[in-house]
Amino acid sequence: MFSQVLYIDLGKGESWVEDRDELFNEWMGGTGVATKLLMEECPPGTDPLSPGAPIILAIGPLNGLFPAITKTVAMFKSPLTGELGESYAGGRLALATRFSGHAAIVIRRASENPCYISINDAKVEINDASSIWGIDAPKAGVILREHVPGPGSRSIIRIGPAGENLSWIAGVMVDTYRHFGRLGLGAVFGSKKLKAMVISGTEDVAVPDPKRYREVYNKLYRTAVQTDVMEKYHDIGTSININVLNWLKGLPTRNFQATSFPYAEKVSGEMFADNYLIRKLSCAGCPIGCVHIAALKSPFAPGHEFEVRKVSYDYEPIFSLGTMLGVSTAEGVLQLIEAVERLGLDAMSAGVILAWATEAYERDLITPQETLGLPLQWNNVKSYLKALDYMARPPNEFYSALAKGVDFASSRYGGQEFAMALGKNEVSGYHTGPASIVGQLVGVRHSHLDNAGYSIDQKAAKKQMDPEKMVDELIREDNSRGVFNSLVGCLFSRGVYTEENIIDALGTVGIEKTKEDLEVLGKKIFDLKYEFKAREGFDLTKVRIPRRFYETISTLGMVDPKTVEDMLRIYREKRGWA
Amino acid sequence: MSESLEIQAGPVAAKAAMPEMKDVQRSSPQDRGEKAELQPKSAPQAEPSKAEPAKPEPAKKPRKRRRLKVAHPERCIGCLSCMFACSRIHTGHASLIDSCIKIQTQGGIEGDFRVVVCRGCENPPCVRACPAGALERRPDGSVRLNKDLCTKCGKCSDACLIGAISMGKEGTPIKCQHCGGCVAFCPHGVLELEEVAA
Repeated sequence: MFSQVLYIDLGKGESWVEDRDELFNEWMGGTGVATKLLMEECPPGTDPLSPGAPIILAIGPLNGLFPAITKTVAMFKSPLTGELGESYAGGRLALATRFSGHAAIVIRRASENPCYISINDAKVEINDASSIWGIDAPKAGVILREHVPGPGSRSIIRIGPAGENLSWIAGVMVDTYRHFGRLGLGAVFGSKKLKAMVISGTEDVAVPDPKRYREVYNKLYRTAVQTDVMEKYHDIGTSININVLNWLKGLPTRNFQATSFPYAEKVSGEMFADNYLIRKLSCAGCPIGCVHIAALKSPFAPGHEFEVRKVSYDYEPIFSLGTMLGVSTAEGVLQLIEAVERLGLDAMSAGVILAWATEAYERDLITPQETLGLPLQWNNVKSYLKALDYMARPPNEFYSALAKGVDFASSRYGGQEFAMALGKNEVSGYHTGPASIVGQLVGVRHSHLDNAGYSIDQKAAKKQMDPEKMVDELIREDNSRGVFNSLVGCLFSRGVYTEENIIDALGTVGIEKTKEDLEVLGKKIFDLKYEFKAREGFDLTKVRIPRRFYETISTLGMVDPKTVEDMLRIYREKRGWA
Repeated sequence: MSESLEIQAGPVAAKAAMPEMKDVQRSSPQDRGEKAELQPKSAPQAEPSKAEPAKPEPAKKPRKRRRLKVAHPERCIGCLSCMFACSRIHTGHASLIDSCIKIQTQGGIEGDFRVVVCRGCENPPCVRACPAGALERRPDGSVRLNKDLCTKCGKCSDACLIGAISMGKEGTPIKCQHCGGCVAFCPHGVLELEEVAA
């Protein structure tokens, strides 16, 4: 039965499993189950970096069984926003967790000394990690890979220096190239002195009717591979959007001072693909291969001496560490991505924070005294590299503030009107119109992926949409993504997983659901998340919207503050909160 | 990045060059009454396969046999779809441990993938190593396991230099039958089914 929860108490050094049948029956798995566990485990008002704050990892009933159902959800209290912390990662983690026999993992309390957790089937160990504390995230993975027996489809997740030093924008690296990037899970690991987890297993997953399972699998595999539903993610990849959004005047540039970038072509997906791309990789169990790896070759001495690094790139890091910082070369972007990987920072937040800092420096809100002499200027990659180092290991109060996010830093140094966060989370790479802004504001984790407002704006660019229609679409996505994230599927494949296909796939593992059941579940999960958010102080009527959004042209023209206000009002009414 | 965007606009790339799939009866004598659901008609267009659908030949004197070939290991993206295809077709479960084909990483995902599968040796060391006579090389060149005779000693696995035989969940050797079921599930043209002299 898919219902086993592994509990690990780092304080006591103990672990045990519980069969939580009722939990999975009601909440399915993934984000549904993880939200419920968060409610159980995290008392109101808990300091996110105190031992009382839990970490919850969960997978869903289709992980390991169907193509592109490859994600794991992490649920925690976010140090960045002070409320719901929710992040998703691919790689091999979901598969390794599934084959270890666990459906969810709850980590309680904190270890006294640096430790790592090793999970191999039923065997769980908490081991000393003192000798790798302070080591970069990728390197820590290499060491553990050699040290912990059992090669094959293990998953190794770990933090870098940023997480150890409790940066609110620290992420957790998953199997190299993938991450629980957003909302500061890395700091929660760091606060528990938890450097890493190594997960593997030899279980398999039986299905009630293998013949039916094969039929449904084949149908979904065909749709994923033989149609163009997902091909865009494999070919150029997500970075194809650099040129697209540039044309659409939706590409945030130099801290949203512009929405088209004169050097967009130089950092475009096409540029990367033609000149730097060396291979594509997949998460385990997904035939698409959307992970794009570039080779960064940098000379370090005369006589043709080169350092070569393999760096994974995507649209969002090119936006945050590229166009947002006015970086006009692909090499520059790759160097910055490589740095955030090493340090264990969230690429999106790190870039958006540096963009604010650059503008604040330009406006003399901060001076060389704060920056320790670093000239934070557009396109100054060398300065940015050093600043990232400082954010991971803060040498002074200013960099400590940067490590706590743009909302915090701007509350200390000013410039809130151009501190690009919504719901205290640094924004994503779109200035497409009001739905993108409202979507990130109302979204449960203040992510563009909560409800894809950017996509609604782009639809509206083709066919006009009134505010109410936009809100309806946001609500529909909010709810339906709650269901898909309970499975836990990759959102890139949501075109494959129509409601009918989800119902079919669930049927093969003996979970009978109707369309109505799924709708009810999606709404219920959303409501439970908002219950947590409200409990921890989130109030949609009091959110800060940086004025910059209204000063720079978007895909849909200038955004009128009134439209955003109207949409927020309609949203609250439709949710029954007004 | 785990939280990257999804693309909403932009040029739509050409469809992946994928083999057409059709149902065929699996030729393996170990057939458990299931069909191998997907069988490649041809390999990806970029690299036409030499493999022909097996022609029905007189059972007594087969001259040719089908053999799985790791044609382009450097194209592997590490999705493990072949491994899941193998266990799904042969056991009905989702399992990595019961897969005959194995995708291994060398130094993590940053390194190259190794695609490990039976080569269908002329003079198979696994057969010679079996003390119980449970493995038999048939006239068509295939090696079959008689589970009733197998003592689960693992000597066949030790004898295979490339590590193509693993001991499965039930302790018996997991041995490729060259059915080709995995070929249709490789999205990147790594695997081919070829015909060789028996």
